[in-house]
Amino acid sequence: MAKSKFHAIIVGGGLAGLMAAIKIAEAGANVSLFSLVDAKRSHSVCAQGGVNAAVNTKGEGDSPWIHFQETIYGGDFLANQPPVKGMCEEGPNLIYLLDRMGVMFNRTPEGFLQVEMRGGGTKYSRGLFAGATTGQQMLYALDEQVRRFEASGLVNRYEGWEFISIVKDDQGVCRGITAMNLRGDATAQSFPADVVILATGGCGSLFGKATASHICNGSAASAVYQQGAIYANGEFIQVHPTAIPGDDKCRLISESLRGGGGRVWTYKEGKKWYFLEEWYPAYKNLVPRDVASRAIHKVCREMGLGIDGSDMVYLDVTHIPAADLDRLFGGALEIYEKFAGEDPRKVPMKVFPAVHYSMGGLWVDYEQRTNIPGLMAIGECDYQYHGANRLGANALLSCLYAGFISGPVAIRYANGLEKKSNELNPGIFASEAKRRQEINQKIMSPRGKENPFQIQSELSDWMWENVTVVRHNDKLKKTDEKLLELLDRFDRMDIADESVWANQSLSLARQLYNMIVLSRVITLGALNRNESRGVHYKPEFPKRDDENWLKTTKAQWSPGGPIFSYEDVDVSLFKPRERRYDKEFKEEK
Amino acid sequence: MAKTVEVKIKRQASTKDSPRWETFQLPYKDGGNVIALLMEIRRNPVTSDGKPTTTVVWDCSCLEEVCGACSMIINGDARQACSALVDALKHPITLEPLSKFPVIKDLMVDRIALFENLKKVKAWIPIDGTYPAGPGPRMAERDRSWAYDISRCMSCGCCMEACPKYNECSSFMGAAIIAQVRLFNTHPTGEMNKEERLDALMGPGGVAGCSNAQNCEKVCPKKLPLVKSIAEINRAINIHALKRLLFN
Ligand SMILES: Cc1cc2nc3c(=O)[nH]c(=O)nc-3n(C[C@H](O)[C@H](O)[C@H](O)COP(=O)(O)OP(=O)(O)OC[C@H]3O[C@@H](n4cnc5c(N)ncnc54)[C@H](O)[C@@H]3O)c2cc1C
Repeated sequence: MAKSKFHAIIVGGGLAGLMAAIKIAEAGANVSLFSLVDAKRSHSVCAQGGVNAAVNTKGEGDSPWIHFQETIYGGDFLANQPPVKGMCEEGPNLIYLLDRMGVMFNRTPEGFLQVEMRGGGTKYSRGLFAGATTGQQMLYALDEQVRRFEASGLVNRYEGWEFISIVKDDQGVCRGITAMNLRGDATAQSFPADVVILATGGCGSLFGKATASHICNGSAASAVYQQGAIYANGEFIQVHPTAIPGDDKCRLISESLRGGGGRVWTYKEGKKWYFLEEWYPAYKNLVPRDVASRAIHKVCREMGLGIDGSDMVYLDVTHIPAADLDRLFGGALEIYEKFAGEDPRKVPMKVFPAVHYSMGGLWVDYEQRTNIPGLMAIGECDYQYHGANRLGANALLSCLYAGFISGPVAIRYANGLEKKSNELNPGIFASEAKRRQEINQKIMSPRGKENPFQIQSELSDWMWENVTVVRHNDKLKKTDEKLLELLDRFDRMDIADESVWANQSLSLARQLYNMIVLSRVITLGALNRNESRGVHYKPEFPKRDDENWLKTTKAQWSPGGPIFSYEDVDVSLFKPRERRYDKEFKEEK
Repeated sequence: MAKTVEVKIKRQASTKDSPRWETFQLPYKDGGNVIALLMEIRRNPVTSDGKPTTTVVWDCSCLEEVCGACSMIINGDARQACSALVDALKHPITLEPLSKFPVIKDLMVDRIALFENLKKVKAWIPIDGTYPAGPGPRMAERDRSWAYDISRCMSCGCCMEACPKYNECSSFMGAAIIAQVRLFNTHPTGEMNKEERLDALMGPGGVAGCSNAQNCEKVCPKKLPLVKSIAEINRAINIHALKRLLFN
């Protein structure tokens, strides 16, 4: 590796992590990139729909300012406003940058960047897209740029490695990480760094029904939470209204299908009933996800009108000409065909809601710094940009943006350090690695009959049943009791593999502990918040309560469970108003 | 008795160990795929003759056939485990690791060679920096559309597995790598450095290693136009070589 003044570690090779790696390597500094999977297999590949940026190609009068307001409004005013404004303003530039990197974004007949209405919650054509695999295409472009820096010796990849913990010095400053190789000798090792950026994605797979990749379980964020990092707004978990059921995971049917004319219906008294169109005449099938998910939940669970009494409704595109469908949504339809075994051009798709995104995440300031000096967080694992509900196609933008601004902040921080991490007493690194290896050893030796994968199944079933679309305080309390039971059973586990070589069961078991701890943050955060806001809906408290709850939830780890405190939201730019989708949104000038 | 599915798995404890077969009898579930079967084994790692065993190791991530992680040989064919639906497979189902890459453990293999080769051919657009420079070059939708097809390559390794010329005795890089060169040489900015990439494919491991068996395209889970891409690059290399001869 070429020598530079300092050394950064980035954990996570999704959109956010790769963007940060590029910014830091571009400035001539060394980066070590850790990722559970090859970076190009990160969860970001799953994003089909598109990415928002107010490029206003079609001259509809869209602007970053409107994008900002719709994002804040869609998020039910829980997001701090200045960073969101920054993101929306930078949107077009970020897209242009990705375009220059070779992303095969769809084009207008003149060869300009094509835009379409892609996510819900807006009436502007603001979504850019590359076929039906926008996230994959953007991830590849960034991965290729990082490979270029790898070839020039600035980036070192640790793919197939699992981050375990950060290493802190006596002052509580983050000085590196411990990690283990999942494709070889999985012994905990330490790696010094002057600054660490966590870009480990979301925690969707904590829930039984989720569209997230298998690996998105929030374990890394939970690990640093247990080391003192604050976790914010954990209770805000987005459920996507339209997914295909599956035993291993649920596959998303992109919102862009509704954007492109797809209609949601079920049978009522023998007739097709387009309930979203009836209930929300202004936005119809394009209402935001939380609204659509609650509507489907109501239709299926309360009114008992799901298809054949199930939790499913129809998403119908059969009225759209097949040629248009293939051109615009080929990828999404292909997924349905492949995994449900039916042709959605001919028969309406059967869909139901599934957990999709975590608005909550590690608390960061406006420059992506956590409360632990030297530790930053970006991408879906931070909490900054989506408030109480994320608009479709905004996540990719927030990942790009957070990655983009985090680089220069990391550089400034590392350059300002009095002592570089490799000048510190190496004992702090050795002792953290030793401590983590002892935990590994304990997990690998059988201590009972519990199977970790079985515990995980129970965890995800409980979380799905009780901590998603509709929340009741009594059920939340019961869920927390269950989580404590699972923690207890964790100590009586047999992982059925005692070898140190590529031990995936060890890895899952380690993660499982972190998952249960994080689930408590989510569940108790939901229990405390006695109001309804964005995705967080409690029939006992059906109204938003700004007087008491226009506040960011902050959870801090303690041995007895999370300790909660609340911080005012920065609403300095756009005054909170009621959020409703039966009427059209009018922006402020 | 409840319906079951028989699965035979070729297992290997580490790169150095020799492989062995294990058979599992698993409960049948409607609409399931091979991944769901492997997950079931993890929850109850017991072979069909009732012996407890270690949990099976394999790679996976997105589970919707866009990440390329879960490639393995299923009933003799290289493909993605997530899109292999149990109902569509012949039973018993056999699972083996890809054979052209070193086995790490069980069904997990080391595909680093693939990424190293992408480095060799400079599979990227050499942008000058991340500073704001406006949009990228305009591109006709017609070209964009077929270039997009190639850019969906997920580095899964199936084309290499199926290729008779991709093996330990040859340095042939394989169809996926050649197709990427075509992609970057088509992009208006990438085209400015196309010679570098062609150079990388002229020597050992390059396009001359292809014997035109065309297996690559048949097994590609994304149906990439690999045969055409190899032919195009072959042509470009001939022109490139000729130019070099004439003008150097
Ligand atoms: C099905 C689906 C479709 C979506 N579609 C869209 C869309 O159309 N538009 C949109 O804007 N958003 C969409 N989203 C959301 C968006 O895809 C994600 O929010 C975004 O990709 C997250 O990117 P990231 O960089 O934060 O993390 P990820 O891409 O999830 O990457 C996380 C990285 O961290 C690594 N990692 C995690 N834990 C560890 C550990 N312990 N040690 C080492 N490495 C670790 C992983 O290996 C990976 O490299 C979609 C989400 C889903 C589930």
